[in-house]
Amino acid sequence: MLKPENEAALAEMIATGTGPLRIVGGGTRDIGALVQGDVLSMAEVSGITLYEPGALTLVARAGTPVADIEAALASEGQRLAFEPMDHRGLLGTQGTPTIGGIVAANVSGPRRIQVGACRDSLLGVRFVDGIGRVLKNGGRVMKNVTGYDLVKLMAGSWGTLGVLSEVSLKVQAMPETEATLVCEGKTEQDGVAALCAALGTPFDVAGAAHLDAAATGGMSRTQVRLEGLEASVAYRMDRLRQGLLAGFDVVQGAQSALLWDEVRNVTPFADQTGAVWRISSKPTDGPLITAALKASGLAHRAIYDWGGGLVWVLVTQDDTAGAAPIRQQVAKFGGHATLVRASQVQRAQLDVFQKEPTPIAAITTSLRAQFDSHGRLNPGLMGE
Amino acid sequence: MDMPSPDQTVLAKKAHIVARLRAVLPLDAVIEDEIETRAYECDALTAYRCPPLAAVLPSSTAEVAAVLKICHEENVPVVPRGAGTSLAGGALPTADSVILGVARMNDVLETDYENRLVRVQTGRTNLSVSGAVEENDFFYAPDPSSQLACAIAGNIAMNSGGAHCLKYGVTTNNLLGVTMVMMDGEIVEIGGGHLDAGGLDLLGVICGSEGQLGVVTEATLRILRKPEGARPVLIGFDDNQVAGTCVSDIIKAGILPVAIEFMDRPCIRATEAFAGAGYPDCEALLIIEVEGSEQEIEVQLDRIVAIARRHNPVEIRESGSAEESAKIWLGRKSAFGAMGQINDYMCLDGTIPVSQLPYVLRRISEMSKEYGLDVGNVFHAGDGNMHPLILFDANKPGDLELCEDFGADILRLCVEVGGCLTGEHGVGIEKRDLMLDQYAPEDLEIQMAVKDVFDPKWLLNPAKVFPLAASHARRSVSH
Repeated sequence: MLKPENEAALAEMIATGTGPLRIVGGGTRDIGALVQGDVLSMAEVSGITLYEPGALTLVARAGTPVADIEAALASEGQRLAFEPMDHRGLLGTQGTPTIGGIVAANVSGPRRIQVGACRDSLLGVRFVDGIGRVLKNGGRVMKNVTGYDLVKLMAGSWGTLGVLSEVSLKVQAMPETEATLVCEGKTEQDGVAALCAALGTPFDVAGAAHLDAAATGGMSRTQVRLEGLEASVAYRMDRLRQGLLAGFDVVQGAQSALLWDEVRNVTPFADQTGAVWRISSKPTDGPLITAALKASGLAHRAIYDWGGGLVWVLVTQDDTAGAAPIRQQVAKFGGHATLVRASQVQRAQLDVFQKEPTPIAAITTSLRAQFDSHGRLNPGLMGE
Repeated sequence: MDMPSPDQTVLAKKAHIVARLRAVLPLDAVIEDEIETRAYECDALTAYRCPPLAAVLPSSTAEVAAVLKICHEENVPVVPRGAGTSLAGGALPTADSVILGVARMNDVLETDYENRLVRVQTGRTNLSVSGAVEENDFFYAPDPSSQLACAIAGNIAMNSGGAHCLKYGVTTNNLLGVTMVMMDGEIVEIGGGHLDAGGLDLLGVICGSEGQLGVVTEATLRILRKPEGARPVLIGFDDNQVAGTCVSDIIKAGILPVAIEFMDRPCIRATEAFAGAGYPDCEALLIIEVEGSEQEIEVQLDRIVAIARRHNPVEIRESGSAEESAKIWLGRKSAFGAMGQINDYMCLDGTIPVSQLPYVLRRISEMSKEYGLDVGNVFHAGDGNMHPLILFDANKPGDLELCEDFGADILRLCVEVGGCLTGEHGVGIEKRDLMLDQYAPEDLEIQMAVKDVFDPKWLLNPAKVFPLAASHARRSVSH
């Protein structure tokens, strides 16, 4: 295993080495096509290098544990706005999640619907490309249009364009309070319709999710989160309950936070066996896609986050993880699907990431060739 | 400002190129007359002008594709143009280029309130996107100050920001999908109604690529429900540093205003003389706006005012009515016009870490004395996006060059303190030759390698963004 201690050592290792590399941070997000190669661990390239609470900015080396970052932020009453998921429960992995891993996979949780994804909070990156060049893009300021935005390109590139060495993030103040409006027993269609309606109000919804009955193991649950100053949350809660969300109950404080941890980490599927898909669609299409899957005879359970725009689908019985009907329905409605949890056999045989249309696939392939001309960085992880 | 010398081969076959363009476009959509092409000789960076070979005004994605295919085959450079409001020379033509204007493509194609999105043709102006959804109380959040005139195409090309992006983000945070025509005429769809990218985030790299990767003809944009209300408070200080600390304290306290605007004394005096907004004559002035219901606004403003009082402000002016709110904004909104009354000005938009504000303002004021040119500062303080306005006299020989040198020094200072050359206007030609102050040669090399993928012949807006010397080899390949 290669374990550089700093960026310069990382660059040296890549420049002088040969053969494919399998890049890991904490190794907790084992997702994608299987990669054959020497393991390159970024765990030692660690540490917060700059934190300015008054400017809402934090810069950290890629191997910095997320927990360290969250602790540093919490001591100043701040947090990562995009609420990244911890994949350990769902994937049954061990290890320490790193900030580099989060950025490489563009991991975002329920608050994404309000404040954007990890890539929207990412201000700058430093990385080493496939021939060992140390490169940077973006910076540490909130507004930056100096040259092309490779920051977004690096987010979610799963280490296939470069090995991240340092990331710069915009952070957010923790709200004074949070509360969740909850309703049980709604159908998927009704639940998602309520979420979309709530998101269309001026009441600044900070989370909108629906869990079907099979996912909760009891009644289906529709939940809407509000955050902010106490008086403001109380006001918005009243307005929603007097209108669109009549009949919803109020859950506050720590109980509210628990409800969102469950959605953030897809906890209900952690202990249930089967393949898990992550479908990204237009919010109102979420329940239409699952209804079509049901009609096609594919047994599944579903959790809808982002107002319906992110559907976690657990396929309980199927050697091919329900790939054919899922790919078919997603193609019909638009969006994309990723096979997040699957057996080694399934990952070897199925496309984990969705195949792209020909012209886009051609651009993607050419970009990879520019960043990693020898095809050494996580080769094949995202397909093709 | 150097521009590459025009390709004589292209100039020599103008008649042939125009004939081919006329064959795929309506008669009035191809402009080649030397007087009429003058309308496209510059954008809002008016110091630099050059009429193009021709200008075309297609009405559909298919027509854009036909134009690009011809230009690709004939090796003619293409300069995409939204509304021509770029302050950085992003739409400045070269004599051998075809201007591709999207102004005729301004339809709303789809409005979807449930999914909070709107799909428009990109010639549509920024403000009229909001206008299209206003009756249902929705709006499109990015609000560059040119929003009445600027087109979505240019907003995407430059990743435009605005006064309210502290809360709502810039264009890239509000863009869901595009229909884009590649230089060879191929039409691609990237993104759509869903929220994130399936593979590599190509949308992220296209937004802000200054029209160098493709021509975006349609865009899916996030729309939001309007807040119930909004109200500003004006706070004056007798010290820039104290004003900067106040901004930082408000942010640290966990309050997220939608806008925090900052004006310094030269700017306050100029706007006061011009607009008479009744601003206090002080060193620094903040306009802070919050949103929400009446009671939510009260709560937030109370906290902001309490923080401000700890910093001994010379004035705190809360608004009690829509008229008073408008008056608070009046000076800020007329700041550019006010500076323009005094003299010609150059507006920069370097961004700095908020903590460096006092130091940078002090250095700018020192440099102002060294150069003998006045400068006023008005900017988005919450995100450190400066807007120094340097005054000069365009009729005085050498003044423009002096002003440009001063501007370059300010931008180098922004980079030196951890910031960047441009926060929202883009590089264009204006900051092209400063790129090596912010980036190492290999950092630019990888960006140019991205352009190689999308536009291998380097025909799209070729002389922008990168220093001419850095892009020379790529631009000079004979096709």
